[in-house]
Amino acid sequence: MPLAADHRAKHRPVTQDSPLARCALIATAVLFLAIFLLAPLAIVFVEAFSKGIGPFLAAFDDPDARAAIRLTLLVAALAVPANLAFGLAASWSIAKFSFPGKSVLITLIDLPFSVSPVVAGLVYVLVFGGQGFFGPWLAEHGVRIIFAVPGIVLATIFVTFPFVARELIPLMQEQGTVEEEAALTLGASGFKTFLTVTLPNIKWGLLYGVLLCNARAMGEFGAVSVVSGHIRGLTNTIPLQVEILYNEYNNVAAFALAVLLAGLALVTLGLKTFLEWRHADELSGRVRRH
Amino acid sequence: MTSPSLVGKNARRFTAPSVIPGFGLTFGYTLIYLGLIVLFPLATLIWWSSGLGFSGLYAIASEPRVAAALRTTFFISFAAAVVDLFFGLIVAWVLTRYDFIGRRLLDAFVDLPFALPTAVAGISLAALYSPNGWFGAPLADYDIKIAFTRWGILVALIFIGLPFVVRTVQPIISELEVELEEASATLGAARLQTVIRVMLPPLAPALLTGFALAFARSIGEYGSVIFIAGNIAYVSEIAPLLIVVKLEQYDVAGATGIATIMLAISFAALLLINLVQAWSRKRFGHV
Repeated sequence: MPLAADHRAKHRPVTQDSPLARCALIATAVLFLAIFLLAPLAIVFVEAFSKGIGPFLAAFDDPDARAAIRLTLLVAALAVPANLAFGLAASWSIAKFSFPGKSVLITLIDLPFSVSPVVAGLVYVLVFGGQGFFGPWLAEHGVRIIFAVPGIVLATIFVTFPFVARELIPLMQEQGTVEEEAALTLGASGFKTFLTVTLPNIKWGLLYGVLLCNARAMGEFGAVSVVSGHIRGLTNTIPLQVEILYNEYNNVAAFALAVLLAGLALVTLGLKTFLEWRHADELSGRVRRH
Repeated sequence: MTSPSLVGKNARRFTAPSVIPGFGLTFGYTLIYLGLIVLFPLATLIWWSSGLGFSGLYAIASEPRVAAALRTTFFISFAAAVVDLFFGLIVAWVLTRYDFIGRRLLDAFVDLPFALPTAVAGISLAALYSPNGWFGAPLADYDIKIAFTRWGILVALIFIGLPFVVRTVQPIISELEVELEEASATLGAARLQTVIRVMLPPLAPALLTGFALAFARSIGEYGSVIFIAGNIAYVSEIAPLLIVVKLEQYDVAGATGIATIMLAISFAALLLINLVQAWSRKRFGHV
């Protein structure tokens, strides 16, 4: 064997790529991520503060912007607990019991992730809209769901539907039922068993699911856009207000509100990374797709 | 499908015996909530489109403007998923196999498209690629226009789809067996040969799954695309936008028709994923 090859092999194990390939690949990946991920994030802040801090703050003095922020908080405050309660019920019944048709049920719970947000909005128009299933009845009784807050809440619940459940189901399946059975045999009530045995076991997974659910609930655009009707000060959430301001060429105000959402995204990513790093063993160890 | 009536009195026969309480309550609640929020509204869509029939659906799909939008959505989603497949593999490889400064931070940022609201992504991409933006201005010197053309749609869909490929492939790369690489090298394969013939084949199912996930997501994507696309009829309109347009014209049937076709495409992609995973479990023993 030639000496040179022998020498190289000593320094580089056979399972490592050559330094040149390594550098080229790292450079490609970093450049790609910088162009496609970091630049879009950076420009939000750059544009928002492009005219200084004054115009940035002025964007939040606008009553429509404040109404949008209030509505977004309201929608998340209704949608997230609703899906949290569902996630707990679904994961308890699916993970702690065995029954036929379980995998079908899990597939159905994941269904909203494969539906376009616009279609999610559309199906509620088909149910509650003027030409929809309950449309005539609702109109007769003077109830507005589409182009009003209830429609926005429903569409948001639809698009964030699986977040908590899909986090808890695999986690509780991994944990099994032994601890709960022990608690019940020792005389604890069902509810007490849930509170003192199950809940501590799933708390980080639960928080993880709620975080992702909340981020999506506050940032949802397509589904909410279809059912909102875009009534200023009444049915505009932050993302919809961003769209209106942007289309009016009011760049600074649009990006100022976008900073709120980008900040929320960064906090979510930060907490998510922290949870994955610190409590990896208490989260379900599957691929996260959403 | 099991019906809630099986629960309650007959719960013991429906589920395996267990001392754990609360099955009837939680299972019933799960079914009712799932039915009301997801299944009933989706069934309404199916009911509406069955009213249209195949001929009605075909008539909607072959309206020139709708046909153009469906083509645009389909082909650009496909192209974006191909780009994501290529660069997603490189990103996943680099983040899993190499150690360098800032690796953890970059790894966390891969999820940004999941976390950043689509409307924010939309306006920031439009700002970047518009003729006076950071990337748009230098490109304009070479007469390349991205924003308000089909290329803009491609850029937005690449952004949206990237994490699907990276996050699907990453765990498989970290599970690759070093012994196989060593064996391959010992038997005289060059490094590139080892990578292509020994390490890539086990990644194929994950790559295909990531590709299909990115593609399915791109078909339905709306928020990040409409700001940068320019939305020129017959050129840069996407199918989800046409649903919104049809609804604004009170053409509920037209909107329903497009939605049905889009659902069919994304379910076909999901079916593909399930087939790939079933095959992969048999062939490689993992997903």
